[in-house]
Amino acid sequence: MNVTLSWIAVGAIVVTSVGLLLARDWRWSISLLAVQYLAMFVLVLQHWPLGMASVKVVSGWMSAAILGMTRSGLSTADLVEEENWPRGGPFRLFAAGIVALIVTVTTPGVDTIMADAGFAVTAGSLFLIGMGLLQLGITSRILRVTIGLMTVLSGFEILYSAVEGSVLVAALLAVINLGLALVGSYLLIASNSQEQETDSE
Amino acid sequence: MNAPILWILVPIVLGTFLLFIRNQRVLSVLGGSLALVLALLAQFIPIELALRLGPLSLKIDASLTILGRVLLIQPAEGPLLALIYGAAALWFFGAEASKTATRLVPLGFMIIALMVASIAVEPFLYAALFIEMAILLAIPMLTSISRPPGRGAVRFLIYQTLAMPFILLAGWMLAGVEASPGDLALAAQSAAMLGLGFAFLLAIFPLYSWIPLLLEETSPYLVGFLLWILPTMTIIFGAGFLDRYSWLRNSSELILALRFIGLLMVVTGGAFAAFQRHLGRIMAYGSIAETGFSLLALSLDLRLGIPILFLLIPARALGLAVWSLSLTIIRENVETMRFGAARGILRVTPLAGAGMIVAALSTGAFPLLAGFPARLALWEGLSRISIGSALWMMAGIIGLLTSAFRSLAVISIAEEYTSWEPRESPAQLLMLGLGVIGLFILGLFPQSVQFVLADLPLMFEHLGR
Repeated sequence: MNVTLSWIAVGAIVVTSVGLLLARDWRWSISLLAVQYLAMFVLVLQHWPLGMASVKVVSGWMSAAILGMTRSGLSTADLVEEENWPRGGPFRLFAAGIVALIVTVTTPGVDTIMADAGFAVTAGSLFLIGMGLLQLGITSRILRVTIGLMTVLSGFEILYSAVEGSVLVAALLAVINLGLALVGSYLLIASNSQEQETDSE
Repeated sequence: MNAPILWILVPIVLGTFLLFIRNQRVLSVLGGSLALVLALLAQFIPIELALRLGPLSLKIDASLTILGRVLLIQPAEGPLLALIYGAAALWFFGAEASKTATRLVPLGFMIIALMVASIAVEPFLYAALFIEMAILLAIPMLTSISRPPGRGAVRFLIYQTLAMPFILLAGWMLAGVEASPGDLALAAQSAAMLGLGFAFLLAIFPLYSWIPLLLEETSPYLVGFLLWILPTMTIIFGAGFLDRYSWLRNSSELILALRFIGLLMVVTGGAFAAFQRHLGRIMAYGSIAETGFSLLALSLDLRLGIPILFLLIPARALGLAVWSLSLTIIRENVETMRFGAARGILRVTPLAGAGMIVAALSTGAFPLLAGFPARLALWEGLSRISIGSALWMMAGIIGLLTSAFRSLAVISIAEEYTSWEPRESPAQLLMLGLGVIGLFILGLFPQSVQFVLADLPLMFEHLGR
């Protein structure tokens, strides 16, 4: 049952992280991020007790809410800078396919190194790390950069939960997630300030 | 009383309170004085020893337990705290002159406290988490809510954040290597993870592109502060790895790698600095070379390298403080810090111009300046191991000196009959004057800081002994 649930979570991770890469509307991005944290919670649950694993999903949802609330208060529409080739939808799908291929090849090796964390856990975490790095590599928009960093950290946290069960680490990682969301919100507001000025001019 | 409370939690609380003060002068004086008090306490009040003050007995405990883990400040780490908070006092006192006190002092206190926590936390691998928190706090310090963030700030956030997973995973793997020392594959994997983590944290070539960008887009004083505290504490954290894992310490490959990376940083820093046409970018490459010198010190026989590493710290702190304050003042008086715009600026900001040149020369190991004694010792140590390495280090130094002389030429060449119109404020003149004098004192009398530096190697169990 656990294994089935884990693979369902991996499927959800694939859908949400590819969706995050393709989504144009910030509302979709925030919703997908929230679902991604739910899938992450399921994978973390394979190694951590429910109480500690739920810290991940609560802090993740809070982070998504912080970003969503900030973005909803900003007036400018999403820019379409990423429409151009080679950063359009097909290119992104192709890049996501390459990430999936790399993850498929490396999962057995990494799983052995990571104290047999479990194929689903390793594959899910590596896919998140890969997709987060891809996101960071192809965008300079603050919201996307923040989501990219949070995706990379989510992947790492799943993997790290297999080898480290310290309460302090869980707490500090939650603080870092929330801090990242706050910094992202701060930068979102800052980047919007001049766009608004430019609009009013 | 408890050492982690005094040097970690109290500064965080102080920083939070200082956020509510908006007066530059009050913040600067208050922040500088508080940092000085913390430095003096660290230097003169022993940890874990009862101190009798008349009828009172005072003892500072070394450890504090939080969520099952320990923050531990060893008695031998007192001089390091004194050095860090002493240098912080210097930066905070100069904050008024640079008009950055409202951002630097409160957030600076918190960043320093988190960096101290990164040295104090047990198991020490969790340090990466505290460093990441410091990085997150640095973002509001570097950027303004009313201006879009530049590429440098975003890249800084990305690169520094990516370091944390590598360091944490490397830490877990290193524990595995300790348990089964014969597993060479695991040793190689953990060393690679560790290397990647530190490459991101220390902005090793080619991951240092954010430094010149930051110096173009934000106040040099704020960037200078980060370029001092982050690499300094990260290198001490990195030396902690060498101290704890004998296989790392005794690995000839690691020593070679450190030497190669150090030289790469010095040579690329020097070469790029020599060809820049922007005063801020020159400082950026100077600081990159500084990190290279520290890595080179770690690649020497550690009985020699560790004292040199600690000798580099005060010179770096003072040099960067003077350099970045000078650039901040120059930036106020020119449109951009490009050579074309800064031509003849010496007639408008004479002491800032002089400060910038003296600090650049100090970084380039110019004799009688603060950077000279440590670099001379480093060069001598390096030449005993490899003449080729010593020559490469010389190439880097020549690049740094070339950039200093080019800057001097640019800021001193003015239109004919241009009059001298100094525009520096008394506070700026005072801080710059003291800083430049300090650079000469550290160069002429390097033993003047030995009372702090002499005991610093004791914080390591194996290094420097």
